[in-house]
Amino acid sequence: MWNWLKTLYHRLGSPKWFYQITGKWLPWFAMSSLLLLGLGLVLGLAYAPMDYQQGNSFRIMYIHVPAAFLAQSVYMMMAAAGVVLLVWKMKMADVVAQALAPIGAIMTFISLVTGAIWGMPTWGTWWMWDARLTSMLILFFLYLGVMALREALSPQEVAAKACALLAIVGVINIPIIKYSVDWWYTLHQPASIKLTEKPAMPASMYLPLLFMVLGFYALLGWSVLLRARAEVLRREAKSGWVRELLKDK
Amino acid sequence: MNQINNEKPAAFCRLTPEAVNSSSLIGVFVAALKREWQLQVRRKGDLINPLVFFALVVVLFPLGVSPTAEILAPVAPGVLWVAALLAVLMSLDALFRPDLQDGSLEQLLVCGYSVAPLSLAKVLVHWLLSCVPLVLLAPLLGIMLYLPWQAQGVLMLSLLLGSLALSLVGAIGAALTTGLGKSGVLMTLLVLPFYMPVLIFGTGAMQAAINGHTALAHLALLAALALVALALSPWAIAAALRIAVSGE
Amino acid sequence: MYFNSLSDFINMGGHGLYVWSSYALTLVLLLSSVLLPWLNLKRTRKQLSRQLAREAARTK
Repeated sequence: MWNWLKTLYHRLGSPKWFYQITGKWLPWFAMSSLLLLGLGLVLGLAYAPMDYQQGNSFRIMYIHVPAAFLAQSVYMMMAAAGVVLLVWKMKMADVVAQALAPIGAIMTFISLVTGAIWGMPTWGTWWMWDARLTSMLILFFLYLGVMALREALSPQEVAAKACALLAIVGVINIPIIKYSVDWWYTLHQPASIKLTEKPAMPASMYLPLLFMVLGFYALLGWSVLLRARAEVLRREAKSGWVRELLKDK
Repeated sequence: MNQINNEKPAAFCRLTPEAVNSSSLIGVFVAALKREWQLQVRRKGDLINPLVFFALVVVLFPLGVSPTAEILAPVAPGVLWVAALLAVLMSLDALFRPDLQDGSLEQLLVCGYSVAPLSLAKVLVHWLLSCVPLVLLAPLLGIMLYLPWQAQGVLMLSLLLGSLALSLVGAIGAALTTGLGKSGVLMTLLVLPFYMPVLIFGTGAMQAAINGHTALAHLALLAALALVALALSPWAIAAALRIAVSGE
Repeated sequence: MYFNSLSDFINMGGHGLYVWSSYALTLVLLLSSVLLPWLNLKRTRKQLSRQLAREAARTK
């Protein structure tokens, strides 16, 4: 098992193998994301019982929570890819990092906007500087920074390493940011309900959430692989295997 | 400029008029400090700019918001800290650019000394020359914003510690964007998320002092951030410099 | 099924606007995050194969 993983890891490091292997994975990610998201949406929107305090607007949770999860874990993945690039000099790691950034930013944006929309019926205001939304906003700036840096720098190897470094430094800072924003909010917070009071959720409320989170992750795989494959083709355009591949089209 | 094989090529990058033969980290660091001091102390314009910016921003607030103490005093800690933070950020933008443009940055990277102490020396001298004056100017501006007396001491201490952290972390952003011409906005975008915890604790310290509580906890946290930055950022700056120069 | 009728479902107990706008926005963004890269991939393949054909014709 371990050896199989190691071989897979090394295979993925070669552009040609990456393209071939991910080509086979793509339909699985696509189907599972559609299935899981569809299931989660139906169950969450139509079947889950209403939250007593918040009314039906709590159903926004089924998008807000998965988006927030992904926003944070995608950044971790970006930083891990950065480490692989800088330490093991695997160029494919940069392709993956480049593919991760935009979808991470989208997830953060979704989390922010749905959080704000959810806030209106819950707090009576569109924006609230609560700890979670503020941390998300800072995370959004981190994503924008990485994407802007990649655009600004050239040649590609320099941009890759710079973005990797920024992602790694950012990851070290994320716990610091979360801690300080949490502390700042408890200091200034007027007594108000927090966004996710979690009384024990009945299974009918919890199950759709699970499906949605898994569905979001499957969608992440789908989107990242699509982007990464296009980027591989672009970067390796001059190589033999790409010519072979495209000749048959 | 021949060197014997087992000596470090000190002639390639003269840090001092006499060749630095000691290859110890401390020796390199001290020599770099002296060099940076001589270089940076000459750029009077770069030293005055942050001070003027700091003062201008603070002056704009009463004009734009309200001149009354009821409105200014509660926001004084925040305004002072944000203005100081922006002034530090502004001063860092061109930290490495002169060295990149005249080629000495590349020399420093290839001369065989570890780049981390060199970077640290540069940032420390910058901090001494650009940020400490901000700290000294701050109480005056605090008076203009009706800052309560109890907070003045904490203002200076929090700015002293905070500006050290801000300079160190900001230098990483400055190093990454050295090669870019008008990178001002990009550097701000890169660095601002890391500045927010410092801002939060700095203003928190002052609020604690105003309310009569001890600001020790917040100041300790600020000191911790500064120490972590001191320990880790020189390596990140060195890595960023290598990356930035490799594209030239 | 929690709701008793379709109009109840759309109304969401008064919160319909919030819920549906969130879901609509998310759907659009998620769809585009898959659609755009897929179109891009197809476009890249077409561009590169055209470029290859041009080079092959040139070297003939």
